[in-house]
Amino acid sequence: MLDETMDIYQLTLHEAHELLESRQIRAEELTRQVFARIAAVDPDVCAYLTLAQDLAMDAAREADHAIDQGKAGPLTGIPVAVKDLLCTQDLRTTCGSRILENFVPVYDSTIVERLKAGGAVIVGKTNLDEFGMGSSNEHSAFMPTRNPWDLSRVPGGSSGGSAAAVAADECIAAIGTDTGGSIRQPCSHCGVVGLKPTYGRVSRFGLVAFASSLDQIGPITKDVTDCALLMNAISGYDARDSTSVPRPVPDYTRALRPGLDGLVAGIPKEYHDVSGVDKDVAQAVRTAIEALEGLGLTCRQVSLPHTEYAVATYYIIAPAEASSNLARYDGVKYGFRDAASQDLMDMYRNTRSRGFGREVQRRIIIGTYALSAGYYDAYYGKASQVRTLIMDDFRRAFESCDVLLAPVAPTPAFKLGSKLDDPLSMYLSDIFTLPASLAGIPGMSVPCGFSRDGLPIGLQILAEHFAEEKILQVAYNLEQAQGIRQRKPTLQPGSNGGPGR
Amino acid sequence: MKITKDEIIHVATLARLNLADTDVALYEKQLGDILDYIGTLNRLDTSQVAPTSHAIFINNAFRDDRVKPSIPADRALANAPEPEDGTFIVPRVIR
Repeated sequence: MLDETMDIYQLTLHEAHELLESRQIRAEELTRQVFARIAAVDPDVCAYLTLAQDLAMDAAREADHAIDQGKAGPLTGIPVAVKDLLCTQDLRTTCGSRILENFVPVYDSTIVERLKAGGAVIVGKTNLDEFGMGSSNEHSAFMPTRNPWDLSRVPGGSSGGSAAAVAADECIAAIGTDTGGSIRQPCSHCGVVGLKPTYGRVSRFGLVAFASSLDQIGPITKDVTDCALLMNAISGYDARDSTSVPRPVPDYTRALRPGLDGLVAGIPKEYHDVSGVDKDVAQAVRTAIEALEGLGLTCRQVSLPHTEYAVATYYIIAPAEASSNLARYDGVKYGFRDAASQDLMDMYRNTRSRGFGREVQRRIIIGTYALSAGYYDAYYGKASQVRTLIMDDFRRAFESCDVLLAPVAPTPAFKLGSKLDDPLSMYLSDIFTLPASLAGIPGMSVPCGFSRDGLPIGLQILAEHFAEEKILQVAYNLEQAQGIRQRKPTLQPGSNGGPGR
Repeated sequence: MKITKDEIIHVATLARLNLADTDVALYEKQLGDILDYIGTLNRLDTSQVAPTSHAIFINNAFRDDRVKPSIPADRALANAPEPEDGTFIVPRVIR
């Protein structure tokens, strides 16, 4: 049923699908409304780097045609935003970097191909920390995205644009990527649902590489049902990504069932009884765990003793892989070139120094140092061994638990600018999301409450490799218990004098 | 572990980056802090631990060696700063 008091851009994916399929709304109108919403609030939020209005309207008309012929799938006619780290054919893909400011891919990433094949309407490309390197979106070369719940705060990162776009109803659903928490942390800060699937579950073909052994693509949605529907569409083996896993894809919506009897959750003490966790975050997470226990979930304390080493391990492995992956930006094959340089070496150095932002250069230098002669064993070798210990922690915990429950981030969204001068303190805010990335296990952020200042807080749910269904089941039950229609941010269109573009 | 100015300049050369003197000083401080923090890993005895480079066990990701359609050369060069006759033009290499 169409609720007359609601604007259609506020719909969830599954609600919009029902109304489109029964032709109570049309894809063209839905897409038009989403663009009107973007025009009204994005000058403040700054979620999008590039809009694809003409392509989107064409796709919406095609979707309406398919619906009229009775050929509507779950994504047909659904306006979806895509993080600007994923290649989109004939649509600019910047990675939030000056070095790719004018890069127009000649092919689609597998995930975009799958979205299009499912009839989705690509709205545009969302802002991010440059190449995914950051936890606040302030490392975008173009502009910071702002948190729709409080425009003076960061949305989190690096998929901050996608999370903010979903929270502000500037799309129906979005795609993000997660290397060390880049889906989960912004979703926690923006009050939306975000899942980092198991490494290998979703093809990375056409995802611009940051740290190849960690990068994974996942859905960012308004509710858990939408997350399951998008997982159905994007998961599965792809011959073009040799690290994608040939394993059947279940119907994830079958995990959306009431009740948690028989499921066991581990409460890792290293994620709870630690200093630096904000009181409101601890309280919201505790309340959520109690609610889940009331629905039949059995909880027991577990220990993941190497958690405290995850930040140090990650900040060797990820920059090391990044320094290698980003060697390709040399001004020769694509992207920015410093045209004034007279010889090849100058051209390389000037191109890269002018094209990359400060955080990217910092990580390239850390990574190059960690891989350089004489230091490889002490840094990269050591970190790769500690990564094994972190994985063993999870393996042991999952012998007696189906899921693990923890905070996503130690604090709610912080103020813009507050951590920019201290990279180490920014890195430390990733402590609760990095271990799962290093282990390649799936992890979700699902809204579980608000701080006293009205900022959203997410609960992190982790499971073993390829156990996304258990995560979805727990998250679905929490969402039902809390009431599906949560609070929404109150954005006053145009009133906050945003920087615009 | 301390990182010296000379090491930063050397690593910047390896990474094909230019650093202004002020950057070198800033990185000396910031990277020193980061490397100090990373040094906490040395508290762990990993002499008996195998390294992990990949979180999922995949063995022999082979495919059939078949010719498939690929991106034509003119499209592949569409984003090149200076393409010419199917090649990439670069500044002179030998001085």
